[in-house]
Amino acid sequence: MLLRTKLFGKTYEFPDLRILMGKANEEKSGDQLAGVAADTTAERAAARFVLAEVPLWVLRQNPAVPYDQDEVTRVIEDAVNETVYNEIKDWTVGEFREWLLADTTTGEMIRRISNGLTAEMIAAVTKLMSNMDLMYGASKIRVSAHCNNTIGLAGTLSSRNQPNHPVDSPEGIRAELYEGLSYGSGDSVIGINPADDSYSSVSRLLDMTYDVIRTWEIPTQNCVLAHVTTQMQCMRSGSPVGLVFQSICGSQKGNRSFGISVDMLDEADALAKKYCFPTGPSYMYFETGQGSALSANAHNGWDQLTMEARNYGLAKRYNPFQVNTVVGFIGPEYLYDARQIQRAGLEDHFMGKLTGIPMGCDACYTNHARADQNAIENLAVMLAAAGCNYFMGIPMGDDSMLSYQCTSFHDTAALRQLLKLRPAPEFEQWMESLGLMKNGILTGRAGDPTLFLKR
Amino acid sequence: MDEARLNAIVDAVVRELLALQPEQSAPPRAETPPAPQPQAAPQVQPAPAQPTRAAAFPAPVLAPLPAAPSAKPAQPAPPSGELRIDLPDPTEAQRRVQPGVARPVNPQALESMIASTTARIGVGRAGPRYRTTAQLLLQADHAVTQDALMRNVDPKLLDEFGLFTVQTRVTGGKQEYLLRPDLGRSLNDDSRRIIAEKCARGANLQVCVGDGLSAAAIEANLRQIFPVIRQGAQSAGLALGTPFYIQYCRVGVLNDIGELLNPDVVVLLIGERPGLGRAESMSAYMAFRPKAGDNDADRNVICNIFEGGGTNPLEAGAVVIQMAQNMIRHQASGVKLKLVGQ
Repeated sequence: MLLRTKLFGKTYEFPDLRILMGKANEEKSGDQLAGVAADTTAERAAARFVLAEVPLWVLRQNPAVPYDQDEVTRVIEDAVNETVYNEIKDWTVGEFREWLLADTTTGEMIRRISNGLTAEMIAAVTKLMSNMDLMYGASKIRVSAHCNNTIGLAGTLSSRNQPNHPVDSPEGIRAELYEGLSYGSGDSVIGINPADDSYSSVSRLLDMTYDVIRTWEIPTQNCVLAHVTTQMQCMRSGSPVGLVFQSICGSQKGNRSFGISVDMLDEADALAKKYCFPTGPSYMYFETGQGSALSANAHNGWDQLTMEARNYGLAKRYNPFQVNTVVGFIGPEYLYDARQIQRAGLEDHFMGKLTGIPMGCDACYTNHARADQNAIENLAVMLAAAGCNYFMGIPMGDDSMLSYQCTSFHDTAALRQLLKLRPAPEFEQWMESLGLMKNGILTGRAGDPTLFLKR
Repeated sequence: MDEARLNAIVDAVVRELLALQPEQSAPPRAETPPAPQPQAAPQVQPAPAQPTRAAAFPAPVLAPLPAAPSAKPAQPAPPSGELRIDLPDPTEAQRRVQPGVARPVNPQALESMIASTTARIGVGRAGPRYRTTAQLLLQADHAVTQDALMRNVDPKLLDEFGLFTVQTRVTGGKQEYLLRPDLGRSLNDDSRRIIAEKCARGANLQVCVGDGLSAAAIEANLRQIFPVIRQGAQSAGLALGTPFYIQYCRVGVLNDIGELLNPDVVVLLIGERPGLGRAESMSAYMAFRPKAGDNDADRNVICNIFEGGGTNPLEAGAVVIQMAQNMIRHQASGVKLKLVGQ
């Protein structure tokens, strides 16, 4: 394989696809950590010229981790629709980019092509996209899903109500949950990250959230984001589970560090279909994030964008209700500052949509990254304009359990009013019935959690 | 909206408030002083608060009404013409819990809801955005956390518990520590030698302390948790290894410690990533016979250890002992422990 170009009279040659893919990325501290980042800005530009000429079939033949060594590769490769693939295999990455952006290419056409793609093709075209390319490209691709309500319809923006509490106090969680509901947060899911991952703690929170859903007849689903094995135990024991959650990684080795495998996810998915209480048909919820494979030393030498794309291919196997990157959670060693976090958020949302999964985003940062609330508000506006399915709703964006900052109950409300977006239709109807929203605008009753003490 | 309709709404709201709190006369809130409007002021614009009743109620802020941007008349200038702003500290505990919701259905319940969590609830809104004080407090908390991030643990505290200090492979200070987690997961050669010299091998429980992302977390919790672990181990008949402190420490260093000292269980007390305005949260990561190649799935963690809202450090110390006994009984930790424990 010869991968070479001249740029401003200087020759740049890349030894293999792995290095070319790494060097074509926007600057990221994680790629520098992995030793695959471009040494100079000009080298990055040169890598992109070369990458733009690579045909898609070459990317299929060179997955980040070989087929016989990695079950994530096998899941993605085995799911490729050969008829679709044969139509596009000779496109170069540059041509693929232009096809995606063309006015004659519709969202439906992209959804079909998705079935012929592998993660490496999706990652490659993402590297050639500017930020606005990523927004515009993603905005064409609507991927909706149904559980107890419908997420991801055009013109909607949903919010995960995330009432985390440092010690899982049911009263504290209930208070936060009510606050969020009063702002219209919760149409994606009522999803708690438990501080205590044990069966008894998780089942107690499932019971409590289910009780709120039943009492107020909320068209939504609950989820307690413990390790999937704990949720499986809860399902088997009869706890009311809405969505089944797991964090996933882009390689088999990475998933092993999360204590999971494809077999285990298959089993969880089967149990969900057997035991989850909502209508369905989608019951799975995954979280991802650039850098997770590298942090588990499970990246096989590849860049974090490509490893992230592989998550989405794995997620697609389960026809999930929602998937989101937790984009700034991992810390500055992978995404150093606001610029890198914003870029990664746009990339991940685009890649998820291009894969064909109902993608949202936990637009967030940690206190040791060089970012602040303004940076995350900017990212949320960009993603909402790009058609992102949902964001997190946390009291003032400050998570009291996970010690990170993300989007708030207020942010989703403001984004809806700013960009003329609505909650999921069933949920909007519910809000209207309680007098919390009228014509897409919060009413005077909204923002008062004590409203929910009445029943 | 015409004036008559506006007045009707205001009257209705005031009636509702009267019905809710017949006797209460709450002190004026620092963050939302009642609009000092003269009683007879002509209502040229829709005014947000009704001055005649304001004294009897916590100043209702009628967020959904179209508030006049400058409804407050200019304060009369003191004779000198000098502006004086002298504010109390908005970060004091009792100021943090001031409700910000306009006309809550149940004001008393709102206060107990706010008290039930450290999350920022009951904050109210300005349209779909935050109230001013709440927003400024959020920014202040972020500011103080940023400033605190780069500190080291007070050496006097380490001396108190006889902890000697070793270091990971990080050589370039906190900045390199942040950017190179790989270096923070392994001990440097000097440290390996020192540990081999000074520490007992093959203990039942090896305690280590690491700065992690918050020196303040170690300073806030070590005095409570350490004695509980020491005494707990004694009563449980667990032989304790020689404890030490690791600078520029990441959780993965557990594997090196396991390989060097062969203990049954290692517990690493390490500073968590600071939350907004709170840097004192600590974690206890534990592993059964950790070795090279082990990862998070092989470990257990007790997180959010801090006084006043988190897992109390005294309690956490007791959990560490129980967990260690459990790991030794089942010869496992992490996901494996969960599976055999079921």
